[in-house]
Amino acid sequence: MGTQKSGTPGRGDGRRVDPPDVPGGAPASLLEPAAVGDLLRILREQGYRTIGPTLQDEAIVYDEIEGLGDLPAGLTDRQQPGEYRIEERSDDALFGYNLGPRSWKQYFFPPSLRLFAARRAGRGFEIEPPDADPPALALIGIRPCEIAGLDVQARVFTGGGHVDPWFAAARERAFLVAVQCAQAAATCFCGSMSTGPRAERGFDLALTELLDEGEHRFLVEPGSARGREVLAVLHPTPAGPAERARAEAATRRAESQLSRSVDGEGLPELLEAALEHPRWAEVAERCLSCANCTMVCPTCFCHTVEEVNDLSGERTERWRRWDSCFSGEHAYIHGGDLRPSTRGRYRQWLTHKFGTWHAQFGSSGCVGCGRCIAWCPVGIDVTEELAALRVGSDRAETAETEEAT
Amino acid sequence: MHTEAAERLVPTPYVVRDAWQETHNVVSLELAPEGDGVLEPCAPGQFNMLWAFGAGEAPISASSVGASGSAVLHTIRQAGNVTRALCAAAPGDVIGLRGPFGRGWPLERARGRDVIVMAGGIGLAPLRPVLEHLETFRDDFGRVTLLYGTRSPEDILFRGELENWRGRFDFDVQVTVDTAVRGWASNVGAVTELLPRAVFEPERSMALLCGPEIMMRFCIQALRGRGVPPEWIHLSMERNMKCAVGLCGHCQWGADFVCKDGPVFPLDRIEGRLSVRER
Ligand SMILES: Cc1cc2nc3c(=O)[nH]c(=O)nc-3n(C[C@H](O)[C@H](O)[C@H](O)COP(=O)(O)OP(=O)(O)OC[C@H]3O[C@@H](n4cnc5c(N)ncnc54)[C@H](O)[C@@H]3O)c2cc1C
Ligand code: SF4
Ligand code: SF4
Ligand code: FES
Repeated sequence: MGTQKSGTPGRGDGRRVDPPDVPGGAPASLLEPAAVGDLLRILREQGYRTIGPTLQDEAIVYDEIEGLGDLPAGLTDRQQPGEYRIEERSDDALFGYNLGPRSWKQYFFPPSLRLFAARRAGRGFEIEPPDADPPALALIGIRPCEIAGLDVQARVFTGGGHVDPWFAAARERAFLVAVQCAQAAATCFCGSMSTGPRAERGFDLALTELLDEGEHRFLVEPGSARGREVLAVLHPTPAGPAERARAEAATRRAESQLSRSVDGEGLPELLEAALEHPRWAEVAERCLSCANCTMVCPTCFCHTVEEVNDLSGERTERWRRWDSCFSGEHAYIHGGDLRPSTRGRYRQWLTHKFGTWHAQFGSSGCVGCGRCIAWCPVGIDVTEELAALRVGSDRAETAETEEAT
Repeated sequence: MHTEAAERLVPTPYVVRDAWQETHNVVSLELAPEGDGVLEPCAPGQFNMLWAFGAGEAPISASSVGASGSAVLHTIRQAGNVTRALCAAAPGDVIGLRGPFGRGWPLERARGRDVIVMAGGIGLAPLRPVLEHLETFRDDFGRVTLLYGTRSPEDILFRGELENWRGRFDFDVQVTVDTAVRGWASNVGAVTELLPRAVFEPERSMALLCGPEIMMRFCIQALRGRGVPPEWIHLSMERNMKCAVGLCGHCQWGADFVCKDGPVFPLDRIEGRLSVRER
């Protein structure tokens, strides 16, 4: 664990469970932008790899960052169905964008992971144990919907019968520095999924960037004991009611900018009843079955395994790799693909994400981040598809009632 | 990071104690843990992930769950790369095994009822432990019927066992083939065509089905036609499986993961989706 340098009594096993903070009751304080650089340095000194937003190939993606200079200062992202563009802001905001194509899931559920290696021994084999521990990561700038996404995947990988050791260890070690959203992209719909634009819990520290009236400061809320410890080292100044009000206004601004939504009322039942809806064939005419949506989605968890043999045939490795319900082998069994059509595959994606996920893991599989909308090459919009399925189903219901009367 | 959870994903070495050809393309392997390893007992209908070094893994049901208590039997049809490598295993070879996984046949619930077993092709393998159980605890059950269909006479599995069961006065065993050959003097046609002759009380029966999905759909129609209630019809389902622990997503079928919520399902749970194409 990275936090063990702190000398606080009672720590040391790195496993203490923090008492929950009273929502809204946590003492907020203020930091100057330069202090974000100090925060990165302190976390690195404590042994964390600091991962955060940085500009690469015309997109803001999460990768290792070392200091303030790596952050995408003064940049924002403009998103529309099938569209993502970086633009300049009129200020120096460090977190003045929303979401890029890479979610945090790559760190908890790596795109490829060696499950084990084996060597021939006599007529049998010997197993080399699975790969080493995941690193302790500090996630800088995780958004409220992304915290929710991490929670959704935690229920998948650690909440049921089988506990994935990599995910469990990576999650326990991670230090979360959240950034509360002060604006919303046109593709966002966290409001209707109840995952944003403000996080109340699930972080160690939460920052709200205050940018009005020429000021540039951060309101900081601690969400855990280790968050409070790290914050104390930064010597923040206390926040007053005026700054708190400005932070609340930032949340309200983001809320007011949310232009998309999903009506979640009875959605699993509605989808189950709409399996033969004509809309599936219509969307299949546009869908390229490219799997982009499942790759950028922070909650999709499907994976396959692959055996990699060395040339001598004496040693083999089993790798786990991201897969998608849009891939040709996902539903293949001897004698054929059980889901060969794009219609069937798109239906699997949408009905799983918004429907059967509830029965499997107790929540929706969608957190409203909008990535699948922005990164769909033909701009298919899940909110629009769901609305169309609902309208059609309502009509079908009305028709039935009319017939009955 | 060598935890118990990780071990569910890592194969354990099993020695092939015996191996024999069942038909031209089906092999049975008797497997026992290598060294002083302990056999994890498999319930009828459960499966293991069998691993051929360098080739890969395949889900394979237990075809006998330990008459001896120290070994498990698997009966494997050559379908592709992995099953071909498994079928090539010889006595003394070592293969990898993970398991057992999944929910098996509800034999406890079947007590006191007539039991109808309907199998197609390799589908008899996962049902053989059921028939062995019925033999051992014969008095706990009502009438026992086995209806088995294969493509041709040369595909018939477990000929010796079938003869034994047929020889008992308290098992009704019927075998049919799609295509007869010279010398075949028995039934020709679909396995469902054997049902009208079978004697059972529909209201107090339990039907257990395993075979190609299309065959099972016809069996269901025929059984429902005779009045067997859906909660007393059980099917073993096949889906692509990579992890067997409900994690890889491949075996999803509606809200169920076939690997852990199945592979055996009661019809009342799945009837709605059985007829939905590409579900
Ligand atoms: C629960 C369960 C129990 C089974 N029990 C038996 C048994 O007792 N005896 C037996 O002979 N076979 C059984 N099968 C089928 C067996 O697993 C497949 O024949 C085998 O996976 C084929 O692999 P392959 O590499 O040899 O074939 P290929 O066709 O080369 O396989 C290619 C890919 O498709 C997948 N795949 C192919 N066929 C199937 C299939 N039928 N089911 C699931 N995935 C498939 C494989 O995982 C592989 O990734 C069972 C399947 C399931 C799901
Ligand atoms: S389905 Fe789309 S909007 Fe929902 S979490 Fe996944 S990528 Fe984000
Ligand atoms: S089945 Fe499709 S939608 Fe569901 S988790 Fe897998 S890839 Fe994502
Ligand atoms: S086989 Fe992986 S989820 Fe069922």
